[in-house]
Amino acid sequence: MPVSRYVVSVLGVATICLLAWSGCDRSRETHSQGGPGAIATLHYFTWSDYVSPELIHEFEQTHGARVIVDTFSSNEELLAKLQGGATGYDVTVPSDFMVSVMAAQGMLAELDPAALPNLNTLEPHLQHPAFDPMHRYAVPYLWGTVGIGYDSAVVTPPPDSWDVLWDGRYRGRISMLNDQREVFGAVLRSMGQSMNTTDPTMVEAAKQQLIAQKPLVKTYASEHYDQLLASGDVVLAQGWGGPVARAMRDRPSIRYVVPKEGGTIWADCLVVLRASPNKALAMQFINFLIDARVAARTSERLLFAASNREARAWIRKDILENPAVYPPAELIPRMEWMKDVGKAMRIYDRAWTELKMQ
Amino acid sequence: MWLRGISGLSLAFLYLPIIVLVVFSFNASRLSAVWQGFSWHWYGVLRHDDALLAAAANSLWVAALSTSIVVLLGVPAAMGLERLRGRGRRSLETIFLLPLVLPEVMMGVALLLFFVMIRWPLSLATVVIGHAAFNLPVVIVMVRARVQKLDPRLEEAARDLGASAWQTFCRITWPLVRPAVLGAALLAFTISLDDFIVTFFVAGPGSTTLPLRVYSMIKSGISPEINALSSVLVLSSMGLVGLSLAFQRR
Repeated sequence: MPVSRYVVSVLGVATICLLAWSGCDRSRETHSQGGPGAIATLHYFTWSDYVSPELIHEFEQTHGARVIVDTFSSNEELLAKLQGGATGYDVTVPSDFMVSVMAAQGMLAELDPAALPNLNTLEPHLQHPAFDPMHRYAVPYLWGTVGIGYDSAVVTPPPDSWDVLWDGRYRGRISMLNDQREVFGAVLRSMGQSMNTTDPTMVEAAKQQLIAQKPLVKTYASEHYDQLLASGDVVLAQGWGGPVARAMRDRPSIRYVVPKEGGTIWADCLVVLRASPNKALAMQFINFLIDARVAARTSERLLFAASNREARAWIRKDILENPAVYPPAELIPRMEWMKDVGKAMRIYDRAWTELKMQ
Repeated sequence: MWLRGISGLSLAFLYLPIIVLVVFSFNASRLSAVWQGFSWHWYGVLRHDDALLAAAANSLWVAALSTSIVVLLGVPAAMGLERLRGRGRRSLETIFLLPLVLPEVMMGVALLLFFVMIRWPLSLATVVIGHAAFNLPVVIVMVRARVQKLDPRLEEAARDLGASAWQTFCRITWPLVRPAVLGAALLAFTISLDDFIVTFFVAGPGSTTLPLRVYSMIKSGISPEINALSSVLVLSSMGLVGLSLAFQRR
């Protein structure tokens, strides 16, 4: 069996090479954990698209550290992973409401303001956010709004209210987020309610409205609605500003509006985990990420707004003036932060399931 | 005629999505739904995506190490089971095969709870152990199938002619079961490479594998880069499975 013998030897050599490589890798890691002049390693747990290799590389160069990135795809996944016992991460990026949840569970380390000089130049509305007014645990990183992306070539006149999502003329060409809080939030706002209501009758009324809307909805999607907009499959999409701004690049007639009833404002925040072994380095890393120029580059790439107001000076004008990325200042007071509704989550869960089953 | 039609349909059912996926990996457009001409662009993007390459390295690692572990444990276990006589054998067999029918989610949760309980920090090592756990029955089943078919007279003859137990194993038994072992190893390697569920539960810092990475990439929009990556994965997995089958046919 000459062929099989050949394969065996190849596999054998490959295994030995792998093992040797493993040895090198391990020795590098042990080296990095102790001794003078050793390289510190920082574990950064973030959203999959949030990190650009160049920025990580720059931080590694300037701070003589090694950064290992792992990614998650939802706040719930992040929480589950940390609750499940994953330790060893240093810095992570929960959204606003998840900061409160994680802080309440004692997962977060207190920040050291002295190590975070860039905290002083936050956007005004992010200086004392309700979920963490004194920045005890969290530093806002990127922020934005939830509104409506629409194709101005089809949708006329330009919509200014959530009601357009109930317009029968666009039957089958509407997409909603696949996110119960956001979908109910939009209806509750259009009913003049808070999107954080815990009143079961309000949630029930919102559910009835959503059931009435369902025949018009092509899909509930949180991921690829930018592609649906760009390809023309939908002409109205409830969505985050960033992806809508991305769709504008492929189809210039796409516009973005935050309805007059207001919508969600969100911020993804940098936090240090309580179990982090490298807290000082973690703070340096956070300060680096919210530095005006670094944040401006991130902002331009992701089309989300930067938390550092000085970043505006470094961001391209067309992006800065795009309402999908930077909402106009007069809108901010109309926006609402999503809050953890605690036990009332069960009401939303049930209403959402009922809606989906219709 | 009918049968052919039905097998054709089931083949199409199985492979059409994969073909569409591969075709669109050559799409020049960023949008996965609109065809804008042929391009290798996304394969270029793939080659320069450091995070993805790191995840791929992790995956290869985990697959290589967990496969080595299951072969070292599984082959002796399979042979031992064959030799075992009496009532213990049946129950032992069942216990070994149970993980095959256990839902993977349960397996993942159980492993996670176990690691947390013994305070073993989640890392690449825990992923390797997790993969070894679900691949062990695979190897045992495949190797046993071969061992059962061995003619015991061959070994007896060898011993009769004066070979020691070790010589018998090296000259007679091992060459006969080797194809099955290689086949099982390749299959275990492939399963480990593609596994998502168990990995999802037991992965810790710095141990993002390829499937985990792909899953989190989908969240930020389905870029044709994922198509390109999946095409590479599908082709290599098919190759490995083909090799595994080829070994078993001997």
